[in-house]
Amino acid sequence: MRVTQGTFSYLPDFTDEEITKQIAYALDRDWPCSVEFTDDPHPRNSYWEMWGLPMFDLKDPAGVLLEVNECRKAYPNHYIRLNAYDARYGRQTTALQFIVQRPAEEPGFRLDRTEVSDRRTQYTTHPYALDRPQGDRYPTS
Amino acid sequence: MTERVGFGMRPGSGSPAEEETSSAGEPLPPDASIDLAKERADSQVDEVLDALDRELVGLVPVKTRIREIAALLLIDRVRERFGIDSGRPNLHMCFTGSPGTGKTTVAVRLAELLHRLGYVRRGHLVSVTRDDLVGQYVGHTAPKTKEVLKRAMGGVLFIDEAYYLYRAENERDYGQEAIEILLQVMENQRDDLVVVLAGYKDRMDSFFSSNPGMSSRIAHHIDFPDYAAGELEEIGTMMMEREGYRLDPAAEPVFREYVERRRKQPRFANARSVRNAIERARLRHANRLLDAGGSVDRAELTTLRADDFLGSRVFGAGS
Repeated sequence: MRVTQGTFSYLPDFTDEEITKQIAYALDRDWPCSVEFTDDPHPRNSYWEMWGLPMFDLKDPAGVLLEVNECRKAYPNHYIRLNAYDARYGRQTTALQFIVQRPAEEPGFRLDRTEVSDRRTQYTTHPYALDRPQGDRYPTS
Repeated sequence: MTERVGFGMRPGSGSPAEEETSSAGEPLPPDASIDLAKERADSQVDEVLDALDRELVGLVPVKTRIREIAALLLIDRVRERFGIDSGRPNLHMCFTGSPGTGKTTVAVRLAELLHRLGYVRRGHLVSVTRDDLVGQYVGHTAPKTKEVLKRAMGGVLFIDEAYYLYRAENERDYGQEAIEILLQVMENQRDDLVVVLAGYKDRMDSFFSSNPGMSSRIAHHIDFPDYAAGELEEIGTMMMEREGYRLDPAAEPVFREYVERRRKQPRFANARSVRNAIERARLRHANRLLDAGGSVDRAELTTLRADDFLGSRVFGAGS
């Protein structure tokens, strides 16, 4: 099951060229970019690992794309996303965030039902990938 | 803040970078011809070259080389229109010359020029020294150097006093690591940035002899000659004009004499020494006006007199 999140989540995955244009858009608006990765696809997992520090004072998308590619090289089977942060007063939030890499195979989620007292049912979303230890969740095929 | 920012995507609002991408259409037929003069006017390269000629005195070899580079890039662009693939020329450079010969100033102009010719995408100049590239402890250098390189991408990276990167006396110096990363990027990401090394001639020579890889990756070694006395005078006049001063006609021979004498003294830094001389003349000028008291008019406020230069230690007066 294809995990969707962030901006452009319902579009097909971007090519590097399209990613470059998005980065250029962010940099033109003075939004510093940063790269994050994870292998825990749960939707509530909002804190991904940082790949280096956010990149300030960049003028050209090549620098950001360089880090994206470095991260891809180090984690070829992880989710990688790109954040652009708008630091302007009044906004001060992530302005743009999209996935730039996903594992080749995404096993998806199962729904766990737990029966508790008084015949009530509690539901849990459980990513199949989480059954394996961290770092091993998306085996290289 | 006139532009409204929303979270939604607005159709048709392409980023400026998008518009820049040139029309990669069909190559022109072999029998077509292109008007070079028009192509030249379109690139607005002459504006930069003329400004270079106008605002920088002397430096003939430097200007010639930069004109040649501009011509090459322009012709390459025309060739590309015909579908002739010539590969990107290597434009990493090394500026050598005495202090104050305008290495940094030329680098700024160069960045602008390369941007107009479409060689670099943004055309900004990132000026760094050893401090910005080399870290203080193990593992600190690589991220630091990479960050600087990332900032410079799309523009020109200007490394001032580059010979400090390599310290022959200390083989465990982290400068070597910075050089290695620099070399790698200079080779692999030629599309993304232009590296300009600058430094004094003799020390750059010994830097290159201990880093042969660096020397061979730099295509253009440009030497900045020292200024002649007449050129320094011209520079001085331009500096004064820019700061809203002018030289009293009676002070002109004095200023010429000052430049002559200062040139022969140790630690002469060409244009920089001239600028410092003018700064000190301004001090004396202000002091003189205050001491005289009374009222001043516009001419008094903007005219530097002979006395303002004669007070200098170059003439044996003062300390």
